[in-house]
Amino acid sequence: MLSVTGLTMRFGGLKAVDEVSFEARAGEITAVIGPNGAGKTTVFNCITGFYRPSEGGIALMHETGARFALDRMPGYRIASRARVARTFQNVRLFAGMTVLENLLVAQHNVLMRASGFTLLAVLGLGTYRAAAAHGMEKARHWLDRIGLIDRADDVAGALPYGAQRRLEIARAMCIDPILLCLDEPAAGLNPRETDTLNALLRSILDDGCSLLLIEHDMGVVMRISDHIVVLDHGKKIADGTPVEVRADPAVIAAYLGEGDDDEEAA
Amino acid sequence: MKGVFRDAGLSALIALGLFAPLIGLVTENGESGLVLRARPVAVAVVVSLVFLGRLLMLIRGRRIALPSKFGPGPAMVRAGKAVAPVLLIVALLLPFGGSRYYVDLATLVLTYIMLGWGLNVVVGLAGLLDLGYVAFYAVGAYSYALLATTFGLGFWSCLPLAGIMAAFWGVLLGFPVLRLRGDYLAIVTLAFGEIIRIVLINWVSLTNGPNGITGIPRPTLFGLSFSMDGGEGTFAGFFNLEPETIQRVIFLYYVILGLALITNWFTLRLRRTPLGRAWEALREDETACRSLGINVTNTKLTAFAIGAMFGGFAGAFFATRQAFISPESFTFIESATVLAIVVLGGLGSQLGVALAAIVMVGGLELLRSLLSWLADEMGSELFAGIANELPLYRMLVFGLALVVVMVLRPRGMVSTRTPTVTLTRAGTPVGGGA
Repeated sequence: MLSVTGLTMRFGGLKAVDEVSFEARAGEITAVIGPNGAGKTTVFNCITGFYRPSEGGIALMHETGARFALDRMPGYRIASRARVARTFQNVRLFAGMTVLENLLVAQHNVLMRASGFTLLAVLGLGTYRAAAAHGMEKARHWLDRIGLIDRADDVAGALPYGAQRRLEIARAMCIDPILLCLDEPAAGLNPRETDTLNALLRSILDDGCSLLLIEHDMGVVMRISDHIVVLDHGKKIADGTPVEVRADPAVIAAYLGEGDDDEEAA
Repeated sequence: MKGVFRDAGLSALIALGLFAPLIGLVTENGESGLVLRARPVAVAVVVSLVFLGRLLMLIRGRRIALPSKFGPGPAMVRAGKAVAPVLLIVALLLPFGGSRYYVDLATLVLTYIMLGWGLNVVVGLAGLLDLGYVAFYAVGAYSYALLATTFGLGFWSCLPLAGIMAAFWGVLLGFPVLRLRGDYLAIVTLAFGEIIRIVLINWVSLTNGPNGITGIPRPTLFGLSFSMDGGEGTFAGFFNLEPETIQRVIFLYYVILGLALITNWFTLRLRRTPLGRAWEALREDETACRSLGINVTNTKLTAFAIGAMFGGFAGAFFATRQAFISPESFTFIESATVLAIVVLGGLGSQLGVALAAIVMVGGLELLRSLLSWLADEMGSELFAGIANELPLYRMLVFGLALVVVMVLRPRGMVSTRTPTVTLTRAGTPVGGGA
């Protein structure tokens, strides 16, 4: 569904990502792993339109056959048209707004279309009423799923960290994505919260949304991913199922810090 | 205890340094031109007030600062809910009870309230710091003045045009500053405000430069003018009244009251639309907005445009009320005043802005009239002196109020935020502490 080909990202003289190619298939959880500074988040930022890649292409195929070149789209359209959603390594909620408002902001484009250039919404008329009610239903559905229905009217910034993570995922899901990109979703969670998260991710997958995730925690990755891409120093060093990757000597070397990748790269 | 005294002494010393030239020296018209007169007693009074005040603050500890740490109690919330209706009733009835002086003052306050509400869209909701808001006020005023004097159009047909012109300039300013945030945005908007003013001064063929535009027509009530001849087509003539200036003054008051209330209603409704929520989301986190597919460019531009539009309406009103405008009325100090009102009131709070405008613009005037009334009643020289000099210290009081509010309530006078939508429909305000 998502194919990344020859992706290169330079920051001045530094090559953060070097000729990386991989595929993420529909209905699977694809994980991008690697040691610190391997270029995982940079790859993510290219896919979700926060960076424009220096070279290479990123293509997304919808089930309908529509094809989107993500490397050439303005950032916000990747979410609104290509329907790729993302979360952030350090949670980025609208901290001063309520939980419910966070979920409604995520439905901005749908509600905005129904609001007739805001005029219908100001007067509270017509199609907007129905759209707003539908938006509330959707928000309620997600609040139920992440177990925050009782805190719907609380300020998002006041939630415990684990709940903030879940809310960020729910907010991303409110744009009806076909691909959800998660940047270290398990970072800072305790084992029980991690289990809840895994269950949530599985249920999202069952709903037909594919997942792409960056993860540091090998345990989480090995348990839930279908397909793993390993990066080190901006290059792809392995690509395969968890079992294959775990046995790959290059991966073991990279994680134990014995590799001579620097000399190979030069 | 020794430290406390030393701290208070230091404060008194700073006060002495500040107030010795500010209050201690006055120039007076003497026999041979200006004479410098020293007023050691006045300085001593102020400095000892500062000393005692600081001493009290230190002894009572940080207890005064505590209220801002917690959300408002239920009693305060209930009291807060009553404030807005009371203010509205007072505003509606004011012309029946007050003299011309108070109606004029209230008109001025309402103009600032309307400007504050307009700027609140840009700064309070969308979080875009705009230091050049007066530019849109000027665009609105000049749009009306030029359209009215050149093409003979009336106030009511020009009002929407003035708003549209201001909105257009808002978008024009918005484009180059889209990528800027925070301090950088503030500086560019500041420059924009100055550019507009300087263009108004130098484009003499259009704006008549520093001499300004005179003879701007007054608004009419359904075609009835408020001229003093009392003839057929005038308000006084139609209702068989004695023509008086107060009728026009009161009419103008109701015009600005109506405009301000429309601004308030529109903004409150806007907040609850997807667009309004997107503005607030933009203020909270622009990056997250982009990741959710929100077109940040358009969202910012609409905030600039709508904020500017309200500024333009206020400008048109200002022009018609004064009947004369010149670039002098649109200096940076106006932008600063309006911004101070918004910040003091509490970013995003409509009621807070209204309260702050009343205190900042009307408060000093009221204090002055109270003092001169006291002086008359008691025959006190001191009160009379203070009342006469009070306008000179306007900026000083302004600055003092800013400092005091920022120390006691860092998020403004009204720092609660009401959610735009609630699941339970209970509509409890959210405390500002979080």
